[in-house]
Amino acid sequence: MAEQSFGIVETKFFTFAESPHEMTLKSGIKLGPITIAYETYGQLNADKSNAILIFHALTGDAHAAGMHKDAKKPGWWDGMIGPDKAFDTNKYFIISSNCLGSCKGSTGPASINPKTGKPYGLSFPVITIEDMVVAQHKLIQHLGIKQLLSVAGGSMGGLQALLWTIRYPDMVKSVIAVATNHRHTAQQIALHEVCRQAIMSDPDWQAGDYYGKAVPARGMALSRMIGHITYMSEKSMDEKFGRKLIGKEKLGYDFSTDFEVENYLKYRGDSFVQRFDANSYLYLTKALDYFDIADEGNLNTVFKNTKSHFLVVAFTSDWLYPAYQSKEFVKALKGGGLDVSYVEINTNYGHDAFLVEIEGQSHLVKHFLARMENEPPV
Amino acid sequence: MSINIDPKTRLDYRVIVDLIEHGSKVLDLGCGDGELLSLLIRYKSCKGTGIEIDEKAIYACIAKGLTVSHGDIDSGLNEYADKRFDYVILNESLQQMLNPQTAILEALRVGKKVVVGIPNFCHIQARIQIFFRGRVPVTKELPYEWYDTPNLRFFSLKDFKIFCKANSIKICNERAIDTVKEVSTFPNLFAHIGIFVLEK
Repeated sequence: MAEQSFGIVETKFFTFAESPHEMTLKSGIKLGPITIAYETYGQLNADKSNAILIFHALTGDAHAAGMHKDAKKPGWWDGMIGPDKAFDTNKYFIISSNCLGSCKGSTGPASINPKTGKPYGLSFPVITIEDMVVAQHKLIQHLGIKQLLSVAGGSMGGLQALLWTIRYPDMVKSVIAVATNHRHTAQQIALHEVCRQAIMSDPDWQAGDYYGKAVPARGMALSRMIGHITYMSEKSMDEKFGRKLIGKEKLGYDFSTDFEVENYLKYRGDSFVQRFDANSYLYLTKALDYFDIADEGNLNTVFKNTKSHFLVVAFTSDWLYPAYQSKEFVKALKGGGLDVSYVEINTNYGHDAFLVEIEGQSHLVKHFLARMENEPPV
Repeated sequence: MSINIDPKTRLDYRVIVDLIEHGSKVLDLGCGDGELLSLLIRYKSCKGTGIEIDEKAIYACIAKGLTVSHGDIDSGLNEYADKRFDYVILNESLQQMLNPQTAILEALRVGKKVVVGIPNFCHIQARIQIFFRGRVPVTKELPYEWYDTPNLRFFSLKDFKIFCKANSIKICNERAIDTVKEVSTFPNLFAHIGIFVLEK
């Protein structure tokens, strides 16, 4: 594993939209300055034709591959990105960008508002997936790249990939969209609203003004527990935990933790409090819920300017972004005469599969990208 | 045959590659590991895509650099506009379909022409087994027992022609092959596979 890793990496930062050139968000509100955290792996070639932009999922960050100095764990897609891996850093220049609104180095509600000198909190404007994409576009321009060999991401990252090809059709040669859909459905919105309510009903949330004080830990943990259930499948949970008890031989007949699955969710919830910002979670889930690419026209016309080649991957047991939802936009792409490959990977891992089903995804991505190298620019 | 393909290539593939015009837009329904599509791209500069239900086969297609969709042909082709392809291929897949009639009609809707390759269940070897042994035939070309066959439809080249006539489908071209060569005499008796080019 270690010898295949990209090695030690550092997160970089790009700041733009300084006053008076603030970025106008989809809502019409102006925001600036904006910082985007990003990492790069590999070398940009002479004609700048080997760049691939990677997007993370909801609570991810720019650290997709390699190791941070003194860290114990590699980046979140280290199995996919590195020397001789699917996103081969010997061949490609990989850019992984943290999204606008996140708390992982990019500008978001936890950032200091330069006008007040205090964290934005709820005075941070509501952002959309489109705003994230516009901000990434500034980063790509800053890096001097005219056309990306591919844009790739799973879950929320997949939505960004789809929007990239719609908004910047001349800059995207190919799209790799994994476990994603073209609009957030009622169920997805409902689940997010429950997660948001968990945070907002925590007295420590203080209408978002908790910086420097106690964070809404209980709300965040509860929110993450709900989230984690949606990322797994019924089967993967049963395989992983079954009815195993934790720290006891028999049922306690009280409301302490009996089952291993309870303990796991609590652990996940608590670690989330340490690593994420509650407001950021509210803003990002809102951005997801607002997402519907068909709002720029109907789904069958929305890709009309797109020239990209597509690889769309879904997972059989994913009930958060079910395969049939990927198929809906795949149909629209095919109907538009675009070059689309669609694969449904058989797995029990649920939505999390995009992080763990490395072998199947690697095979698909590796060969797809190899073909893209030989396709003419769009 | 007019083209020069490696003679070790499957004979039905060679015939199909021979039948399809240079530069055609092709959709292969049930494309398997993508071998036929690859041949069409290589020898006929076709623009090809396929649909396949088996995940392993899909991986093989992607490894060949093909554009393929993972899915079930029985669920339809409604994303494609009328006459979108020059050729739609249904090779060795019709006999395994739940709704072969719908599949052919859909193929004829989205394709200007349809190439159908079918196994002949009334080959002389099969007929002998039924007649003399009183058993459902198991041959080298149709190696399945009744309980493990993937085939749902059993028909002969003649049955297929009758089907086409009943559905007002025009047969523009037909070829028949056994395991090593083309068959021109009594194909319904001596051919293992029939390959038809259809139009509607």
